[in-house]
Amino acid sequence: MEWLLASAIGVITACGVYLVLRARTFSVVLGLSLLGYAANLFIFAMGRLVSAAPPVITAGAAAYADPLPQALVLTAIVIGFGMTGFVVELALRASRETGSDHVDGNPGRDEKEGT
Amino acid sequence: MNHLVVMPILLPALAAGLLLAVGDRRLTATRIVSLAATLLTAVCAAMLMAQAATGMHQVYLLGDWPAPFGIVLVLDRLSALLLLLTGIVAVAACTYAACGWDSRGGHFHVLFQFQLMGLNGAFLTGDLFNLFVFFEVLLIASYCLLLHGLGLPRLRAAMHYVLLNLTGSAVFLIAVSLLYGVTGTLNMAHLAERLTQLPPVDVPLAHAAGLILLGIFGLKAALLPLHFWLPAAYSSASAPVAVLFAIMTKVGVYAIVRVSTLVFGADGGIAHFAPWLLPVALTTLAVAALGALAAERLSACAAYLTVGSVGTMLAAFATGGAEALAAALFYLVHSTFGAAALFLLAELAGRRRGAAGDAIGSGDVTVNCALLGVTFLLVAASVAGLPPTSGFLGKLMILQAVRETPAAAWIWLVILAAGLITLLACVRAGISLFWDGKQERAGNVAEPSSAEWTPLVLLVACSMLLMVAAAPVKRHIDATAAQITDRADYIAAVLGASPERAPRALRERGGQ
Repeated sequence: MEWLLASAIGVITACGVYLVLRARTFSVVLGLSLLGYAANLFIFAMGRLVSAAPPVITAGAAAYADPLPQALVLTAIVIGFGMTGFVVELALRASRETGSDHVDGNPGRDEKEGT
Repeated sequence: MNHLVVMPILLPALAAGLLLAVGDRRLTATRIVSLAATLLTAVCAAMLMAQAATGMHQVYLLGDWPAPFGIVLVLDRLSALLLLLTGIVAVAACTYAACGWDSRGGHFHVLFQFQLMGLNGAFLTGDLFNLFVFFEVLLIASYCLLLHGLGLPRLRAAMHYVLLNLTGSAVFLIAVSLLYGVTGTLNMAHLAERLTQLPPVDVPLAHAAGLILLGIFGLKAALLPLHFWLPAAYSSASAPVAVLFAIMTKVGVYAIVRVSTLVFGADGGIAHFAPWLLPVALTTLAVAALGALAAERLSACAAYLTVGSVGTMLAAFATGGAEALAAALFYLVHSTFGAAALFLLAELAGRRRGAAGDAIGSGDVTVNCALLGVTFLLVAASVAGLPPTSGFLGKLMILQAVRETPAAAWIWLVILAAGLITLLACVRAGISLFWDGKQERAGNVAEPSSAEWTPLVLLVACSMLLMVAAAPVKRHIDATAAQITDRADYIAAVLGASPERAPRALRERGGQ
């Protein structure tokens, strides 16, 4: 399970970094979301991986899951969701005003680069 | 517990809620509420400053949970100093915004108060994840504030600013959780204790997390490879927002100082970061000085000078030692007032030149206002570090403090050369805006009203006060630096703070 989770985080981060480095706002927003997911999974993994263990104090429990990373992930998800909503709106506004979805809002250079 | 400690966070939050309820239509009412809340927060900060001057750490347990389990707010001399600085700059920015800028877009004052809440929270919190949360609060407010007034340059600058900071937030989370993974705690005092007891196999991980954090705080503070967003963002922001943003890079500086001295302070504090921080800070200063000289507008020049001031103070801080840290903190206070005043001047002068704005060189219309010119002279002399201004005193303290360190020659060379280049940049801007050119009035521009003068006078007066009262301020800041470098007190205060009464759940459990 450790191997699977670690490589999943790695692959998602790699995809996120690749997309963030693209020139179009749409890919960049997708990349940011992927980076956010990777960070959330990473926080979750930092509480160590256990299965079928309760996160709250229960009588007779042999092992516990760390509840703190779960709370942190929740906070991070909420913040990430709000930020993604904002950046989507900003990207839409920028593409409407500049007539281009390039992150620099520069249509001239846009056509040469393509995606 | 002293509930005053939480007030700088609560007051703006409550004011923001109230402002949302009042709504944008009743502009006068929103202005009164926002100004009153900002003033009240500044007064709170001043009272906290007086309390912190006793040298005690005040620990505020949120929800009355004992320290490593609950979230703590910690007030020490450094937090109090930055709270007061934020308070003064916020009063200036809010007053100026109330002169008209706040009606050019929706919800200015609401966002302003949230930004204030985020700033104050970041200075007060004693918990690393909570620091992330307050960073996000101040960032999302700053995204909207930066866009205030809209227009193409703002949209373009905001796009870069938002995307960069969102990436930064993801990386911040990774660093924080990495630290949690190796230590099992996020309370900064507890982290400091745990990091000294790490098994050797985990030490590289903790160091990696520390360096990632340095990168993130460097992004907020606009250190060299990560500074490209700042000139465009700050120079395109509306004037009151730019004034408030003068304190934003200082949040990054504060976080670097706090985390490196408190959390990673075991091996001589800064020792772990220094090999990276010093060269980066010096290059930042050099590049920023050249940028200021090449700037096409006064606001861009002020933005580059903001970057340069961060370079100066971090170069001093990176040499380690309480004396250099004190000098850096003095420079922090001075440069915040200087940068904020320059942004205001750029707006006030630019408005009087009509279409030319605050452009340097190309505009041929001179600002026909002697008072504005003299104010610019005062501020520019202070920013460039001419005697006897506070900028001169700050630089002198830094040069004196670092003279024994191995890198002294480099620091002296870069700071002095950058000072000269800054002086040239200010002279160039001053000649272009106030001296050389046609003496005609650009259209029918209204004279700055007395309300518009108030924030500028406030900032310049604070700068002058820093010069006249340099000795007592320096004594206070020396005590601040001594308190930061001795982290044992902080750790003992936070981990030793006991709740006023045990939470009910614990009491019941104890009874069972």
